[in-house]
Amino acid sequence: MKTFFIVLGASIAFFLTVAMFGLTDWDRPPLAVQQSGFRGTAMAQIHTRAGAAATKAANLAPAPADPAEPGEELAGTTYENVQVLKNVSVNEFNRLMASMTEWVSPEQGCTYCHNTENMADDSLYQKKVARRMLQMTQALNTDWKDSHTGGAGVTCYTCHRGQPVPSNVWFTDPGPNRPGGFIARNNGQNLAAPSVGLASLPYDTLTEYLADKTIDNNAIRVNATTALPTTKGKPIQEAEKTYALMIHMSEGLGVNCTFCHNTRAISDWSQSTPQRVTAWHGIRMVRDINGNYLEPLLSTFPKNRLGVLGDVPKVNCTTCHNGVSKPLNGAHVIDAYPELARATDTVAANPATPMPTAPAVPPETAPAPQ
Amino acid sequence: MAYYQNIFSEVQVRPIQPEHGIPVDVDKRWGTPFNSYLFGLIGNAQVGPIYIGYLGGLSFVCGLIAFEIIGLNMWASVNWDPVQFVRQLPWLALEPPRPQYGLKVLPPLAEGGWWLIAGFFLTASVLLWWLRLFRRAKALGLGYHVPWAFASAIWLFLVLGFIRPVLMGSWSEAVPFGIFPHLDWTAAFSLRYGNLFYNPFHMLSIVFLYGSTLLFAMHGGTILAVSRFGGEREIDQIVDRGTATERAALFWRWTMGFNATMESVHRWAWWFAVLTTLTGGIGILLTGTVVDNWYLWAVKHGVAPSYPQVYPPVVDPLAVSPGSLTGGAP
Repeated sequence: MKTFFIVLGASIAFFLTVAMFGLTDWDRPPLAVQQSGFRGTAMAQIHTRAGAAATKAANLAPAPADPAEPGEELAGTTYENVQVLKNVSVNEFNRLMASMTEWVSPEQGCTYCHNTENMADDSLYQKKVARRMLQMTQALNTDWKDSHTGGAGVTCYTCHRGQPVPSNVWFTDPGPNRPGGFIARNNGQNLAAPSVGLASLPYDTLTEYLADKTIDNNAIRVNATTALPTTKGKPIQEAEKTYALMIHMSEGLGVNCTFCHNTRAISDWSQSTPQRVTAWHGIRMVRDINGNYLEPLLSTFPKNRLGVLGDVPKVNCTTCHNGVSKPLNGAHVIDAYPELARATDTVAANPATPMPTAPAVPPETAPAPQ
Repeated sequence: MAYYQNIFSEVQVRPIQPEHGIPVDVDKRWGTPFNSYLFGLIGNAQVGPIYIGYLGGLSFVCGLIAFEIIGLNMWASVNWDPVQFVRQLPWLALEPPRPQYGLKVLPPLAEGGWWLIAGFFLTASVLLWWLRLFRRAKALGLGYHVPWAFASAIWLFLVLGFIRPVLMGSWSEAVPFGIFPHLDWTAAFSLRYGNLFYNPFHMLSIVFLYGSTLLFAMHGGTILAVSRFGGEREIDQIVDRGTATERAALFWRWTMGFNATMESVHRWAWWFAVLTTLTGGIGILLTGTVVDNWYLWAVKHGVAPSYPQVYPPVVDPLAVSPGSLTGGAP
């Protein structure tokens, strides 16, 4: 009896030890630690050296295409049915089309968007989506340049990575089918959901915080701004939703909380890092993309591109960032494609002159071409 | 002579006739006593007979009802899928009512009604068990140290699930029943109220919690170390000091100049354990009711230090005029 229990106990201990090493997400040394705050505040980014190298290798920007031959002819006057890239030289236009094929549909080729019998034909929905995405890319590189995209800018490749549908798009998650009646609902949380890093936090906060462009600017803020209660504060459920969104941002950027926050006072801006301001604008940028560029494409997308609730595919932080704090390792991808960093929908005298910098308040976004 | 020097008891005392202990006035015990090798490894080898009584029975039934309500709701939340139930069990929960129900006594079952019913039965079960502890202690002529220590834990339990939600005017402030969900709730609670580490009662609670483990390690280690001199009979040695007690006391007087006594070390341990949940409960009770942001409270009272700025001033973008924001207001 005694021997039996000794053997049993030892084997259970052995298998638990094996399981502990095998099942959990360990970080194997050596670690690369980057301090980002005053000593003692524990503000540091921690990655394994191997993981950091792998992430870097997975986020290399593609080499830009050879520069286009100079030319005076404009695409808007030469080709039929050019609606967005009018003020671009024909050579630049063709170079961009070739690059877009490489970025978005390298396997499918031109025919992914175009009817090759008549390139001006708009019969394929992909072409209409691509047109809207060009407008979006130009907006991201102009309107959002100062607050989020910076000098690096974005091209189609930032999100698409050689795939017609970027791998990190998302749809509203209605949760599992649940029995009705007396069964308790659970606030859209308490499942091992990848969208919140397998925490039991609310798994569909993105719909509320990133898909709604009219949301109140204070919706994400849950902390009181005074030491003692002055008004009825927000319930803990709101804090859980904010927490869930923050986990998404953390996972999407491959950083921890201290990349933006001094976690002793999460809500205090004066102790935060400058990255928090960039991220704050990033949240607004994602709402702009989802609300003004993707939602209007609802009737353009075929059914099989929509989510279970019939909603359009949407973007979040991960769509561009792909696990690094600066997409494509911070490469200035826009430098080789200046036509993506200005508005080109009207034919101007000199296409080489970049448009003046964007006004502080961008004009009402043009309706999506259908 | 065998010693008690292992993490397991190496010596198992197995009475030929089951031991029934001292005679008491009312002795209604249930079950046929037997000896167990496994129980003998960690304690007394004799199991039973047990006293149930109506308090114990009621407490068990109430606890079972709460357990079933929670478990069945968890199972239903994965569509009665047994595989998913096992796989996701740590994530599943029974959530309290949403904020709009306030303190409504019975919201619809699916909207938190089950949570309220489960909470009622769980609280009833715990309180009945407390009464049972108290009455058993009385029947044996003991002091009431164990029931009062248990009451301290019940205090924290009631603050979290009943007293604070009532003061805040909403059941939604209470803790969900679930393994990870209650941990995530705890993290969200601290985030919502500006970092619980700046709550002085939370600080005290941590001191007593970690202090308890330190005291337990010191005391347990000391007694095991002197068990070769009969030190495990520490209660005898409170009044009748033997060589074990003398050595144990000397050990600490040598190493740190001061020693607890065979009796006082238990007082230390009892108070540390009791104060852990007592101060913790006070800390939770003050959160949200009288203090809304513990960090700001700590700044106000000179508790939180300030660190040098390492970045150029970072300003809340909303503090800048909202009209000038990219994308415009809101």
